[in-house]
Amino acid sequence: MAQLLAFIGRRTISFVKYVGGVILLLGRIFKGLPRLFRDVHLLVEQMSLMGVNSLPLVLLTSVFTGAVSSVQAAYQFKNLVPMRYLGSAVGKAVVIELGPVLTALVVAGRVGASIAAELGTMKVTEQVDALETMAIDPVPFLVTPRFMAGLIMLPVLTILADFVAILGGYLVALLFLQVSSHTFLSGLKMFFHLRDVMAGLLKAFAFGGIIGIIGCYQGFQTRGGAKGVGQSTTRAVVISSVLILIGDYLLASVLF
Amino acid sequence: MNETKEHMIRIVDLHKRFEDHHVLNGIDLEVGRCETLVIIGRSGCGKSVLVKHLNGLIKPDQGHIYVDDEDITQLRGNQLFRVRRKFGMLFQGAALLDSMTVGENVGLGLRHHTQLSENDVRKRVEEKLAQVGLSGLENKYPAELSGGMKKRVGLARAMALDPQCIILDEPTTGLDPIMADVINELILQLQKELCITSIAVTHDMVSANKIADRIAMLHEGRIIFDGSPEKIQRSDDPVIQQFINGSAVGPVKPI
Repeated sequence: MAQLLAFIGRRTISFVKYVGGVILLLGRIFKGLPRLFRDVHLLVEQMSLMGVNSLPLVLLTSVFTGAVSSVQAAYQFKNLVPMRYLGSAVGKAVVIELGPVLTALVVAGRVGASIAAELGTMKVTEQVDALETMAIDPVPFLVTPRFMAGLIMLPVLTILADFVAILGGYLVALLFLQVSSHTFLSGLKMFFHLRDVMAGLLKAFAFGGIIGIIGCYQGFQTRGGAKGVGQSTTRAVVISSVLILIGDYLLASVLF
Repeated sequence: MNETKEHMIRIVDLHKRFEDHHVLNGIDLEVGRCETLVIIGRSGCGKSVLVKHLNGLIKPDQGHIYVDDEDITQLRGNQLFRVRRKFGMLFQGAALLDSMTVGENVGLGLRHHTQLSENDVRKRVEEKLAQVGLSGLENKYPAELSGGMKKRVGLARAMALDPQCIILDEPTTGLDPIMADVINELILQLQKELCITSIAVTHDMVSANKIADRIAMLHEGRIIFDGSPEKIQRSDDPVIQQFINGSAVGPVKPI
């Protein structure tokens, strides 16, 4: 019994520590913002790493996501719902849910992991300490550009993902489901609201922040050598993915 | 202690433990301005931990460190960064930023802290690299360098902002004897010409004897010797004798 209580206590303490650590880091990130205007190149570099380099993977994921949602919706509609609603179903699903969430999960796996691995390696090889000794605060120098790049690039990636996913759904409908172009597009337009797109982008914005801050926090928490870096990388992906899914639910209940 | 001599750094009753290991157990040490202090001791005895306290990389559990009569153990944030500007540090593993070129590493502090033009920064970087015998390597990445070269780049980076004090964590380990002597000469020259205070951690006794004004020996968390290189040779403490003569036989067990 005492052991169980101790276990619960330890877990609670480490959870509270984690949340506190992330919030403190967030504070230091915003304190480092003015500095970012002097070091714009750091931000641009991270935006390119996070955004441009993730593009192929994100687009590949989205085109198949759109395609599969078209196939699955058509299967469920069969003999029950007219096919002119196929475009509406695909559009809604992609813009509200699939676009932002899948993009975020893909980027969390790709970029969140690499942020944690990079900062973790810098931590264990004393590169972070070296910055400190040069009187360079590592948070504005390393974390702020990565965090801001996440906030900016995730919505951008999501817009592109939305577009490509709907395109994928459209092509499948056209080529394999015998739905005419006009039927699909009119259905898409019928229930297309800009508000939905905006809500999806707002989600993406939040997810970008989650990926950036968790990757950086895990990186800075790294202890030990290669094993520690591996652990941090895994944790960064797991924790940010879980937070993305929880955040998705919370935002959905607030926004819709 | 002689209070009239000007001290740059004063360490008073410093304690540090990691879990149940008492690494530093009441260290008292002073470093005068323009002085070269060499800290010797066995690997893992806490020499690196001790010097990392000097610029606030590690916070002590107990005790005080005064830099120019200012207690730095309580400083945080920008105040700590202000004190760190007085120090340059060479890490044991050089700790070069591996995503940057040699030139960017050496110029990083200059670009961050000064308003120097790009041209001036480049000139300064060139000059510092020349001092450590690595001219023309600006565009190499750390991964392309040997261990000894990395160390010299680290030294160039530590000197880049013209600090008042340089902390050298094993400056000659991993260098060939000739290059080690070049670095020793450089440290002596910095002291003579620019009045730079140096604190070097080493177990290379040749280097220690050459550069040290004073040698301090750290053993089991305490300073067991503090005096000139000549004095340490004459010391009759068996622990010290065993260390400076590099013998496996003596009061200190090898493992």
